Amino acid sequence: MPDPILELRDLKMHFPVRGGVMSRQINSVKAVDGVSLSIGHGETLGLVGESGCGKSTLGKSIVRLTRPTAGSVIFDGKDITHLSQSKLRPLRSNMQMVFQDPAESLNSRMSVGQIIAEPLEVQKIGTKATRRDTVEQLLERVGMPKSAAQRFSFEFSGGQRQRIGIARALALNPDMIVLDEPVSALDVSVQSQVLNLLLDLQSEYNMAYLFIAHDLAVVKHISDRVAVMYLGKIVELADADAIYQNPRHAYTKALISAIPEPDPMIERPRVHLEGEVPSPINPPEGSAFGHRINHPRYEETIGMDLSMVEIEKGHWVAADPCCLSKEDFTQVSSLS
Amino acid sequence: MSDTVDNLLEVKNLVTAFRLENGDWVRAVDGISFHVPKGKTVGIVGESGCGKSVTAMSVVQLLPQPMGHILDGEVIFKGEDLRSASSERMHEVRGGEIGVIFQEPMMALNPCHRIGKQISESLILHRGMDKREALQESVSLLEKVGIPAPEKRVMEYPHQLSGGMRQRVVIAIALACKPDLLIADEPTTALDVTVQSQILELIEDLQEEMGMSTILITHDLGVIAGHCDEVVVMYAGRIVEHAPVNELYASPQHAYTKGLLSAIPTLATPRKAKLKTIEGQVASIKDFVPGCRFCQRMGRSGDTLLNRAPFIEISKNHWVEACPECVEHNEAK
Repeated sequence: MPDPILELRDLKMHFPVRGGVMSRQINSVKAVDGVSLSIGHGETLGLVGESGCGKSTLGKSIVRLTRPTAGSVIFDGKDITHLSQSKLRPLRSNMQMVFQDPAESLNSRMSVGQIIAEPLEVQKIGTKATRRDTVEQLLERVGMPKSAAQRFSFEFSGGQRQRIGIARALALNPDMIVLDEPVSALDVSVQSQVLNLLLDLQSEYNMAYLFIAHDLAVVKHISDRVAVMYLGKIVELADADAIYQNPRHAYTKALISAIPEPDPMIERPRVHLEGEVPSPINPPEGSAFGHRINHPRYEETIGMDLSMVEIEKGHWVAADPCCLSKEDFTQVSSLS
Repeated sequence: MSDTVDNLLEVKNLVTAFRLENGDWVRAVDGISFHVPKGKTVGIVGESGCGKSVTAMSVVQLLPQPMGHILDGEVIFKGEDLRSASSERMHEVRGGEIGVIFQEPMMALNPCHRIGKQISESLILHRGMDKREALQESVSLLEKVGIPAPEKRVMEYPHQLSGGMRQRVVIAIALACKPDLLIADEPTTALDVTVQSQILELIEDLQEEMGMSTILITHDLGVIAGHCDEVVVMYAGRIVEHAPVNELYASPQHAYTKGLLSAIPTLATPRKAKLKTIEGQVASIKDFVPGCRFCQRMGRSGDTLLNRAPFIEISKNHWVEACPECVEHNEAK
């Protein structure tokens, strides 16, 4: 990719676990454990994985709501990993975030107008009057009546609240929006309205999206490329069509086969996946997924380099003997 | 609706209403009829607030008190009208003959009691076991729902288990007394897709083994397609369509059903294509019109808003609320 808007290099986000008499750090939660990826201008990267795999933490460390433990976040050519809050503030206008639960992410003591104008006030853009105009334009753009500005967020339904959240993210005309499960809390008919809106806005303003979700059909629909995350690491990354038509990693295959297909005539081969994501406090030393499925080659993977390899043009997958077919693994080992 | 012989549960013209603080009544479920045949799974699908859960709660009489009341209709379970059953009888039915699984497993389990005690409770109450027998039975139930090391788990508390494990415990409790009917209200909504498919397959296996009927309430048409025999589509407190699952997906009749089916992106939908949407949103329950509420959402005016359309059998076992605006060919009966 010639010109990424965002680049992550071996990003790690560990949280301390304290305990004992003096609340010493006794361990750490490795929520994000060495993630490297990039997002191009105007591109949508979908990020999928089960709960607890670190998707949301990754999203938050990108917009620097948390300070990464190691690695770097390069936004628009500038390393923002260790910038102070005051140095970050001007950059924040270029990257915004939309959260899963619009009821919790909108202040119920502020009117909708105040909520949407707040980023403009923080960045000292315009006067009160021009800000009011901007708010009205934004509300119209996301399909809400102008009169909504005087009302409160709790007066609206879930779908409308999510539109308000999107209007707030748009206020500063960002280059990138991190969308953390933006449609998971919505009903299907409203979900499709919001997805259509997001697609329209993207083609209009050429924004990049990091779209975090657990619904694989939704992710496939909106994304250009898709990254699959498992226990703090990306295990497969490819074009949205390629990853669904030709998944290489056993975890991706299992995730895809678990999607309930809304057609009773379709009988798909099911990959049974036992167990759940292990705790990120003491992750298995070798292949995390190999450990979950009790793979006979798990022992081999301890101490092995399981980082991603480009198996096909643009299709990256973790070089993990437990999770790839024999042919794929032979090919991958010859490449690395 | 159809012959009553092999129906385990029949709901006839059920009306459930809630009393608001200002004394007004709102009808959350407004005159619905459906039946659950023996050994079959009936799915109830619809968007939030359409009355799915209130329907289920009306069947087992667990409506929030003092606001919730069944105003009219019959709930006939194994030939007995549960509406006229005494509260002692309902205690026997709930957890005994009808098992219930709720959406949020953390809310359904008591955080202060060990898993084993919570499963034992219904075994002692309904199957007359003593404490020791009940605990042993709890272990074998946990094993049946696929919990590893069950003898250790019975001594643990709910917070020590993951979401999927907790939902398995709730299923174990619901199935403890080998119920004839299982009501599963969004059993997998809070869970990951991989765990969801494990849980749904578990319910299906157990159902086959025990020959019970299931009411599966969900908003996910994918879940319905994979796991139900019949589907009831609810909108704004009413049933708009009821059909065998293949029939419903192959030829949906009501505009709302069609809209729902075309609004979900699937893996086959071309990427970034415009999704079909259903415009607007469900009206507030206080503003429901007496006639067709989907016409209300669509912003139509006229007679369909004033009078409720009849619920007719458009082809064998395929019932639809025959609003002339929402159902195209309305020539049937």
